[in-house]
Amino acid sequence: MRIKLDRTVCDGFGTCVVHAPDVFSLDDWGYPSLAAGNDIAAADEAGVRRALLDCPAHAIVDLGDPVPMPAGGEPGMARNLGPDAPWTKAANGAAALPRLGSVLVRDPTADTDDDS
Amino acid sequence: MSTLASRALPVRTGAVGVEPRLLTVDERESVDDYLAGGGYRPLRNPERLLEQVAAAGVRGRGGAAFPIARKMVTVRSGSSAPVLVANGEEGEPASVKDKWLLRFRPHLVLDGLRLAAAMTGAQQAYMYVSDPVSADSVEQALTEFPAEGWNEIDIAVHRVAPTYVAGEETAAVRSIGGGPALPQDKPPRPFEVGVHGRPTQISNVETLAHLPVVQRLGADGYRAAGTADSSGTFLMTLTGVEHPQLLEVPFGISLREILVAVGHSGDLRGALMGGYFAGLLSGRVLDLPLDHGTIAGAGSGLGCGAVAVLDAGTCPVGVAAGVLSYFARENAGQCGSCFNGTAAMAAVLDALCTGEATGADVQRLQRWSTVLRGRGACGTLDGATNIAATVLREFPAEIEEHLESRCSSCPPPAVRRRPPYAVLTEGGA
Repeated sequence: MRIKLDRTVCDGFGTCVVHAPDVFSLDDWGYPSLAAGNDIAAADEAGVRRALLDCPAHAIVDLGDPVPMPAGGEPGMARNLGPDAPWTKAANGAAALPRLGSVLVRDPTADTDDDS
Repeated sequence: MSTLASRALPVRTGAVGVEPRLLTVDERESVDDYLAGGGYRPLRNPERLLEQVAAAGVRGRGGAAFPIARKMVTVRSGSSAPVLVANGEEGEPASVKDKWLLRFRPHLVLDGLRLAAAMTGAQQAYMYVSDPVSADSVEQALTEFPAEGWNEIDIAVHRVAPTYVAGEETAAVRSIGGGPALPQDKPPRPFEVGVHGRPTQISNVETLAHLPVVQRLGADGYRAAGTADSSGTFLMTLTGVEHPQLLEVPFGISLREILVAVGHSGDLRGALMGGYFAGLLSGRVLDLPLDHGTIAGAGSGLGCGAVAVLDAGTCPVGVAAGVLSYFARENAGQCGSCFNGTAAMAAVLDALCTGEATGADVQRLQRWSTVLRGRGACGTLDGATNIAATVLREFPAEIEEHLESRCSSCPPPAVRRRPPYAVLTEGGA
């Protein structure tokens, strides 16, 4: 499990530490930080999931498993086509942009138990 | 153009110990001058230029000193066509280099932008700028450069209100996307998910300005200045001297050589490094070679290249208090650890200055300076802990003097303030 603690929306309720004391560490004012990074060990997962659901500020986000993404953005797609062509003259048609958003939509067949 | 040309920055410019690569003009460079000087060179093979940039070892000039070639390779192999952001929001109060480049050499910056776009495959780019004169300068430059061949890349100037945190890369992403110019927590980082959800390369203006230099000089020529660890030259905003200076210097030069060259004499007590970010160093900074590895080894950083020297009459504790009160005021107000931590550390340093701090306060400051590191969404809290940690480490004698209210460079200690509600008890207060 990979999570994000969004410290910009955290209001310091401290619920997370109650459920997963090894994952979150509080500062002097009661604001948490991820003690050991974003990747959560299997043993801590249940507590973290509970903390995620209980956080009143919704400051914990499940980043899910990495979704394989198609590669894009070829180098110099518009300017390196002709050998020794000055850049001002190389007006070859630009490659079509990949569809926006298509890569950010999660696979509907993927495991969605975090939504339940 | 005359209106732009007359908006000079109040700094003296020059190069020390090196033939200047960026600081080559005295007034705003026109497109004709830039073309006449070999600018906008044809880019025959972006792949080869990228190899040259990697071999030249160009590191970011924004603060983190990340190798730019690695950033470009990451961004272009991302999920979709990347977006390029030239970060000209120089929120760092002690630095003017990016403003100078945008005002005086906008075509050099745009040239760097086009080369970066070619190397990453980006077709959309933003100039992210807060200084209005810089923004005008870039907009004018965009109308000037040869239009042919440029329609493949779409460049927009994005203006933002100047604040310390607006220059942070996630703040740039948020602002360009229509939100406030405030940092976001990571992950994802902009190279994964940035502007419009695309992988986004955010590079400092000065970093981009070095790309045409690599194209012109080649990797070996670029490495002719600087050190193996930090190649080339960098722009240094030098303050604390009689006249503020913007200097181009090679990495590896010492501060002593620079001060001699600009005619600054007198004792030096230390320096505030990397703008407000990288903390204070004692007088030993004078003879350290200024490269990333050495300065990091000395417990500080070069950051954006700004160095403020502290002369014999400047109290480092007072400087630290001033910088921390700035962080306490200018933080984004988003992360609890940051707005509480900067306020608490600023309060201790303020109390040291007014002679009201105790040893317990200093111990608290010591602890906060280590445990608060990395607890903010952006670098502001780290900058604040750097100041606190380095003033304690580099100037213990001065801290001791302040605890005893006998600092020789601060104004005479004021009468200790007493809370108005204090009740005199038996034995006196």
